[in-house]
Amino acid sequence: MGASQTRSESVYQELMDKTGFSLEQIKNLKKRFLQLSGNEETISRENLDAIPALANNPIRKQIIEAFFDKRNQRSSEVGHLEEIGFEQFVMVMSHFRPPALRTSVEEREVMRKEKLQFLFNMHDTDNDGVITLVEYRKVVEELLSKSGAIGHEAARAIADAAMLEVASTNVPDMAPDDFYEGITFEHFEQILKGLEMESRMHIRFLDVDTSTMRCGKSTS
Amino acid sequence: MRTMARSQNSIQRGAFFLFLLLLCSFRGECELQESKPSEPNSLPTVKPFHNEINEPQAFPDTERTNLPVFTMDYPRIQVPFEFTLWVLLASFAKIGFHIYHKITIWIPESCLLIAIGLIVGAIMHSVSEEPPAVLSSNVFFLYMLPPIVLDNGYFMPTRPFFENVGTVLWYAVVGTLWNSIGIGLSLFAICQFEVFGIQDINLQENLLFASIISAVDPVAALNVFEDIGINEQIYIVIFGEGLFNDAVTVVLYSMFAFLADLPAVESVDVFLGVARFFVVGVGGVIFGLLFGFVAAFTTRFTHNVRQVEPLFVFMYSYLAYLVAELFAISSVMAIITCAITMKYYVEENVSQRSCTTIRHVVKMLATVSETLIFFFLGVVTITTDHEWNWAYILFTLLFTFIWRGLGILVLTQIVNPFRTIQFSFKDQFGLAYGGLRGAICFALAFTLPDDINRRNLFVTASIAVIIFTVFLQGISIRPIVEYLNIRRTNKDLLNINVEIHTRTMEHVVSGIEDLCGQWSHYYWKDKFKKFNDRVLRRILLRDNRAESSIVSLYKKLELQNAIDILDTPVGDLSAAPSIISLHDEMKEASRPKKKFLAADVGKMHDILSKNMYKIRQKTLAYTNKYNLPNESQNREILIRRHASIRRSLRPESFREMPSQNINRSLRYYSLQPGSDLESAFPLRRRSHGGSEVDRISARFQASGVSPRSSSRSLLHMRRLNTIKESRGTGQQPAASVQPRAPSPEAHISDERDPGGSSVRGRTAPAPAPRRRSSNRTEGDEGTVDPQHPGAGVGSVRPPQLPSPRGWVPENQDPGETETGNPLLRQPSQNGSRGSGRS
Repeated sequence: MGASQTRSESVYQELMDKTGFSLEQIKNLKKRFLQLSGNEETISRENLDAIPALANNPIRKQIIEAFFDKRNQRSSEVGHLEEIGFEQFVMVMSHFRPPALRTSVEEREVMRKEKLQFLFNMHDTDNDGVITLVEYRKVVEELLSKSGAIGHEAARAIADAAMLEVASTNVPDMAPDDFYEGITFEHFEQILKGLEMESRMHIRFLDVDTSTMRCGKSTS
Repeated sequence: MRTMARSQNSIQRGAFFLFLLLLCSFRGECELQESKPSEPNSLPTVKPFHNEINEPQAFPDTERTNLPVFTMDYPRIQVPFEFTLWVLLASFAKIGFHIYHKITIWIPESCLLIAIGLIVGAIMHSVSEEPPAVLSSNVFFLYMLPPIVLDNGYFMPTRPFFENVGTVLWYAVVGTLWNSIGIGLSLFAICQFEVFGIQDINLQENLLFASIISAVDPVAALNVFEDIGINEQIYIVIFGEGLFNDAVTVVLYSMFAFLADLPAVESVDVFLGVARFFVVGVGGVIFGLLFGFVAAFTTRFTHNVRQVEPLFVFMYSYLAYLVAELFAISSVMAIITCAITMKYYVEENVSQRSCTTIRHVVKMLATVSETLIFFFLGVVTITTDHEWNWAYILFTLLFTFIWRGLGILVLTQIVNPFRTIQFSFKDQFGLAYGGLRGAICFALAFTLPDDINRRNLFVTASIAVIIFTVFLQGISIRPIVEYLNIRRTNKDLLNINVEIHTRTMEHVVSGIEDLCGQWSHYYWKDKFKKFNDRVLRRILLRDNRAESSIVSLYKKLELQNAIDILDTPVGDLSAAPSIISLHDEMKEASRPKKKFLAADVGKMHDILSKNMYKIRQKTLAYTNKYNLPNESQNREILIRRHASIRRSLRPESFREMPSQNINRSLRYYSLQPGSDLESAFPLRRRSHGGSEVDRISARFQASGVSPRSSSRSLLHMRRLNTIKESRGTGQQPAASVQPRAPSPEAHISDERDPGGSSVRGRTAPAPAPRRRSSNRTEGDEGTVDPQHPGAGVGSVRPPQLPSPRGWVPENQDPGETETGNPLLRQPSQNGSRGSGRS
């Protein structure tokens, strides 16, 4: 027991170094992981699909898919996994870690870029480095899918307009016959340049276990 | 006789003001006597005053016996007259500042107003004019304060506020308490020193005074922050603090004012005070919610009386204020809550124009109020009796700074662990330094009851604090914040991509939180949204279809865009009439110009009838006494704009689905895009339905045409025909005016055209790789979106194909019709056409 304890501690230590989470946070996440997987070592898509709280999320599929996307594992691999272990789970989560109080501007930039990349990967489903119009439309449709009577045509129109916006922002002097293939990551960064990510792509991972102590609301 | 003399005095005064007004219109500033709107009986107290300017006596002596030919009755109009002149004066001052707008960048407007007030006050003092008596407690709280608070509440940035609501309330409530008690106690300690000669100020009075000067009024700071785009968190915290500590301060003030009367304070009183604090705060919120919902519910039924719509917003919020005042609960909280509650629903219910009106009037009233307050601040500074006590005033200044700084520091340390984005020390400095004192503080000080010991000292000290903070901090805050380089954000990103990705991020974050099994305000947001959609919207909104923020932003941008296009100088109307110009080019290519055949005229009619399906009226006539003109044009703008966006998208991003794959049948529904838009985006703010577009779209829906019909086969061609017929047989005045007015030349040239006409679709396998790729994309799309296989097609389908629509499907074969429209040609298809096109 003691040995396993220390072994898991060292595994945790490694994870902490990799992801920047604190030990408590890792333990919390582990607890949650086991809860989701039904005490298995790995999690499959079905496990995540079954979370009731996610049912109302319009982009549930994309979110779940992001966990199985190798691009989000901070490695250079591409492709999709069938099942993920705890480490992968935490790696994906670590994209949402808020910056510490004292992070330099450069570090913030890097974090921001990582987060943007995460979003980008979510949209770029075929992993060709470009969000095409088709992919973009899909995104918008999914986003709007829960908001009532909006037809697909409307979603389409919005995606078209958004695409046009990206195109005209990034390639202002496009000849009329030029063809804008889609949003590259650079363009993606460019269009979201002024957007404040700090308050939007962060989760305050709690140090205490909230499954028993429901007080996580308040402030922030 | 006495009344005569009095009225003469008044008349003299009136003449004096007129004279000053004349002066001011030259000098940009002037001074006029403020009146007390609520106390007309103050007239007898007006002292006769010697006319020092030797204004010629412009009024005649009225004869008692005969019918007066010319009379003046100044007292009758004095109150509103002088009030009007004051407002005018303040507004002139504002105009003056903005003539050279760099002034207001470096010196906050409130400073300038106070400065002008000081000058005016000096002039008034030198002519021993009465100071304006507007700031009686009643006038301030019943007339001046509500517009300011309504403005703050109505225009509060809701999303950041609710994201930071805990922090905001923390600073507003605890911070204000902290400041009041801290400053009060330390001042009391100072009072114990005999040297300063202020031992007669007791603890209650010190606390009362402290509660007055702890009200932060960060108008100037907010302006600066907004200008330099400081990060949202600081902005909203300062904003919210200024808003809610009004409430706290007013409560504290009334509490301490009550306590100050008591000879001795018992502990029971303290507990009662705390209890009262909650009653007052919560009561205010409840009344605000109540009136807010009633207001929203009322506007649900106002669509037939657009002209009174804006009134409801003001009346209900004022009612909330007054009722809260009646029960002596926080009227500020009531009006804020009321404004926040109703805004969302009211703005959806009322027409676009009423919405604009509401916003403008709210802003206008608030500006006038605030301008007047700062202005009077300057005037009063000069004209009141002061009691100057160096020690007390300097220590007051010192303590306001110290306690503010300490408060922010300590409170931030407590609240930081609960925040996702923590406040750095720079942020904290910004927060502390943004704590200017302002209007509320001044008004409260000025309305101190007369029986307070050393009232004048308190007034003097408050004014000193206000002027000091407003001038010193207000002027220096911009350079300091810029120097410190406090984290900034770009606030006004209004493009659709940002909105889409913001929403995506929100969903992602809430999804990840769900995955982690923890929840934050997104959880509550979701819950509220659900409740809102299911219950509140149904009750409160006339048209309760939920609308995603993306869609509403899209609509807003589209409208804006369209209006911009219309606003551009005539020479640059490129976007709107491009159809016509392109069409002209086409004709030019095929034949010499300037000879219009009957067919051409017919076509032009067709084009015009489609692009301007309704002849626009020259102006909207407001001549009808009680009604506003119809505004259904907005929707039309949206539709047309929508069409033009599709057009402009076409060459750029649709190469994957070149036009040759566009289904023939669909290309001729030139109004179909509009109708799709129509059904998808019911524009809510139309006053009267039943426009043609409605009918057209209804027809389309009825005839079962959906984008589905766009799959490419002749079968659909047939369906198209049926639609054509139904269209033709049905009375369709605007849409299909010229059913058979082909231009033969165009046909011939098109038939001669070698390229894709017959090649398209699956009838003929295309050799070009281009073709294959496009097919692939369509296939992709089919899987992506099984419901709408022709979706891409739909968006490409140009609404600007007026000419073929009327005639082609009936008497031409599909291949010909395809080429019949040169506008659709893609230059990539074959070179000759491409060249011809350009």
